[in-house]
Amino acid sequence: MKPHWNVAIWAGFAIVIVALVSYIPIFALFPVTRDVPWANYLLFLVGGGLLTVGVRRAFRDPEHYRGKISGSILGALSVILCGFFVGSILYFAKQIPSAESALRPGQTAPPFVLQDTTGKQVASSDLLKGHRAVVLVFYRGYW
Amino acid sequence: MGEFHDRGVEVVAISVDSPVESRKLCQSRGYSFPFLSDPNTEVIRQYGVLHPKAGEDGQDVARPAEFLVDNAGTIRWVNLTDDIRVRARPEAVLGAIGRLGG
Repeated sequence: MKPHWNVAIWAGFAIVIVALVSYIPIFALFPVTRDVPWANYLLFLVGGGLLTVGVRRAFRDPEHYRGKISGSILGALSVILCGFFVGSILYFAKQIPSAESALRPGQTAPPFVLQDTTGKQVASSDLLKGHRAVVLVFYRGYW
Repeated sequence: MGEFHDRGVEVVAISVDSPVESRKLCQSRGYSFPFLSDPNTEVIRQYGVLHPKAGEDGQDVARPAEFLVDNAGTIRWVNLTDDIRVRARPEAVLGAIGRLGG
């Protein structure tokens, strides 16, 4: 009998890819799934589980299932991708300089004049004039 | 965001992005609050939130940070994350606004 296509391997790998690429466009938008990326970890776990099932049956039951080679390659690739994700989350995202130099509560906020998206000059004093307070959100850019 | 305006508080985003880049971002995400450009990191430096050489092309950018400034110009609350992914949650900022008094 001709061995079957080993669907668990491919489905598992597809889920691992989704787990990797979905963080920035989807899960990072919501604090609940952003701060601790449990949704992505869960997807990695499901994908890894399926891959394990697929690879195991490819080796134990090669008469019925294909995928010894593809399963091994995709399995190894998945481990690397998962490692990259976890490394990015736990290590690279924390590579920012210490906040010692940042201004503290009680200090005077330095006034500024900056361009807005229409090219208009906006002064911090104007922002404060019409409001009780202003929240300044500094961000990295390039989003 | 409406909740901030209801309390008389404006939210302003600041980065090194050009006005054109920020406009694209606002349009794609539907942001309605002002985005200001600080391409020379002048203001970013004054607030002490420079992250040197961390931009895509190795230029200086701002580290993520939130400052609450009252209308007397005094900083009342600061959030400095140690993880670029993790920003202040709106509830935390609203809590700080609630403690402003006045």
